[in-house]
Amino acid sequence: MEVADGTPLKKSLARSLRKEKLRALALIAPLLIFVLVTFVLPIGTMLTRSIDNSIVEEILPRTVLALEDWNEKGDELPNEMVFRSFVEDFQDAIADKNHTKIGSRLNYEVSGMSSLFRKSARKVKKWDLTDNAPIKQKLIEVNKAWGDVETWAVIKTHSVALTNGYFLNAVDMQRTPFGAQAQPENKQVLVKLFIRTLKMSLIITGMCILLGYPVAWLLANLSNRTSNLLLILVLLPFWTSLLVRTSAWKVMLQNQGVINDLLVWIGLITDDSRLEIINNQFGTIVAMTHILLPFMILPMYSVMKTIPPSYLRAAKSLGATNWTAFWRVYFPQSVPGIGAGSILVFILAIGYYITPEIVGGTDGIFISNRIAYHISSSLNWGLASALGAILLGVVLILYWVYDKIVGIDNVKLG
Amino acid sequence: MNLSKFLVTTTALTLSAGIASSQDMTIVSWGGAYSKSQLKAYHEPYSEKTGVNIINDDSSAEAVAKLRAMNEANNVTWDVVDVVAADAMRLCDEGLALEIDHDTQLAPAPDGTSASEDFGELIVSDCFIPQIVYSTTFGYRTDLVGDTAPTSVCAVFDLENYPGKRSLEKRPINNMEWALLCDGVAKDEVYNVLETSEGQDRALAKLDTIKDSVVWWSAGADTPQLLADGEVIMGSTYNGRLFSVIEEQKQPVAMLWDAQVFDLDGWIIPAGLSAERQKRALDYIYFATDTQRLADQAKYISYGPARASSAPLVGKHADLGIDMAPHMPTDPNNAKNTFLYNYEFWADYRDDIDAKFQAWLAQ
Repeated sequence: MEVADGTPLKKSLARSLRKEKLRALALIAPLLIFVLVTFVLPIGTMLTRSIDNSIVEEILPRTVLALEDWNEKGDELPNEMVFRSFVEDFQDAIADKNHTKIGSRLNYEVSGMSSLFRKSARKVKKWDLTDNAPIKQKLIEVNKAWGDVETWAVIKTHSVALTNGYFLNAVDMQRTPFGAQAQPENKQVLVKLFIRTLKMSLIITGMCILLGYPVAWLLANLSNRTSNLLLILVLLPFWTSLLVRTSAWKVMLQNQGVINDLLVWIGLITDDSRLEIINNQFGTIVAMTHILLPFMILPMYSVMKTIPPSYLRAAKSLGATNWTAFWRVYFPQSVPGIGAGSILVFILAIGYYITPEIVGGTDGIFISNRIAYHISSSLNWGLASALGAILLGVVLILYWVYDKIVGIDNVKLG
Repeated sequence: MNLSKFLVTTTALTLSAGIASSQDMTIVSWGGAYSKSQLKAYHEPYSEKTGVNIINDDSSAEAVAKLRAMNEANNVTWDVVDVVAADAMRLCDEGLALEIDHDTQLAPAPDGTSASEDFGELIVSDCFIPQIVYSTTFGYRTDLVGDTAPTSVCAVFDLENYPGKRSLEKRPINNMEWALLCDGVAKDEVYNVLETSEGQDRALAKLDTIKDSVVWWSAGADTPQLLADGEVIMGSTYNGRLFSVIEEQKQPVAMLWDAQVFDLDGWIIPAGLSAERQKRALDYIYFATDTQRLADQAKYISYGPARASSAPLVGKHADLGIDMAPHMPTDPNNAKNTFLYNYEFWADYRDDIDAKFQAWLAQ
């Protein structure tokens, strides 16, 4: 079969379909590019940072090669050749001003490496290597740390281009010549923080369901005028700056704050037994529940709005008590709203760090606070990325579990 | 005006607003009263003299991380950055800051003394141009500490005579040193002890005795607020913050200068600027760090000028009219017992001790 201009119908159809598809692609192209550039790319580079360790090999190439034959598990120092390669690498690094970079990289693993590299550079810089004089003893004289097997073992252990070291650090372990080992007990904190973050996010999500459900029900069932007013009351804090709301909670909850003052005034507690309700987990839970509540109420409300009130009336006319009518008829239909709200609140909560930082004290902080610390203070971006990757993984697993149990198709935003 | 013409004009306007003109210079600092003091003492006279328009960016707290990111993206948008000395060292270590020849690129003192001699030991890194000496020290509520006002930093660890909450910074730096000092370690032995694992445990054990009474702060404004609210009876923060609580807000707070920890703040110029921008940044630095300018800054904030030659020029507060010299951390009356922040030590042990400190906090 052919069309008017003589081309076969099949071909002509395919061509026009292709045109359609291209046009559709062109229409979504801005969004696609936007998502790629602002979402996929940064997350991708972040994930690669958590395993990328090419810096050691790049700055000390000859040393890494020479160290291959050396046994880092023994207690013998590397031979003269290793020392010579190292000094050559080191001098190149000093010329390129890279020597302190490698020092700070290795200092993440063993304290003291940073100043070892910085201090040694001042002397090694001027050495003349052409006379082939022995160099091992000379370097150890510069700083006796070069005579420690441990120093060289650290360089060798962390010389691989792709490392699992950051991920091990992220779960309170470390990469050693003898394989992965647990960090000393007094340095273990990250796993604890991960568990705390998950536990508290769950509590906050639960609190949001408890507090948000009745509000959403009211919003959906009151007359339009009252419910609009109520909706504004829900949205007003939603539009207020996060910092302002968190600081307001500080004023409310602190020792000399509004709540304590009130309780003392009405005589429920004495002046010297004021409640400790801030700078701990309780403070974090209260403030975050308040901040995240709108994210729970809004999806619930939009789902409840679609449940016809006639169902409840029908249930009652068929003899159901109020409770049965609610529990057997109304509640199951509102579950998709709870699901959507819970996912939103939980995922937002798990990544929170400003609120816990301000009202969390010591036992109310989250893993994100450590991520922020490693990004902006310690500059250990590899570890920060590994922590972020684990957090992302945990969220994806939970999402998958949720999909298996509740089914993601049952989630409705409206 | 038709639509397309309108669009063209607005786009052009937006672009011209977005792209810094060649007469713009972005200076990064800490914000608040500190940036204001720099604006008055440095930026305004400099703009007047040269016509350069100075844009302020209050990002110093994240300067190291941001400069690293800018450097990786090959797009450094800052011209001059105000950082603490420890950060200047790290930036220099990472090759992110320009190395300065202090003698040729900075103004000599009025009597001809070279800049490097005038700044003396405060030049702790080749990239660092010192500006002020500040201290981290304690303030206490005069009405809440009982009849005997504290005179020693160890009052912080003395719950018996000074019951109540105290605020400490949520990081090991300074706290570990104070804990060891009050645990009987001699001042010049502190860092030797802190180098060892046992020493670190010892400091944490001392902090453990007051752990339940500590409110931990992370922003410099926290302690002044906590003191003003009566939430804590004493707390550590930067001396300039306490000055404004005491002298400007007239709160019942007094300084406890004992064992104050000196630290430095100053400028760095990012590495990798174009020749023209670098020249302008250096010109600004030459102007802003001369003897008179540094002394001028002390009119607005109680931090000590970093040049020896500036000290005699420190005068009265610009608004309050009080003598600033007695409020300087470097004043002989305040500096009877001081402690110098050990940059080298913390560059090495920061990560290790911080992990232990955080693990201890989380217990």
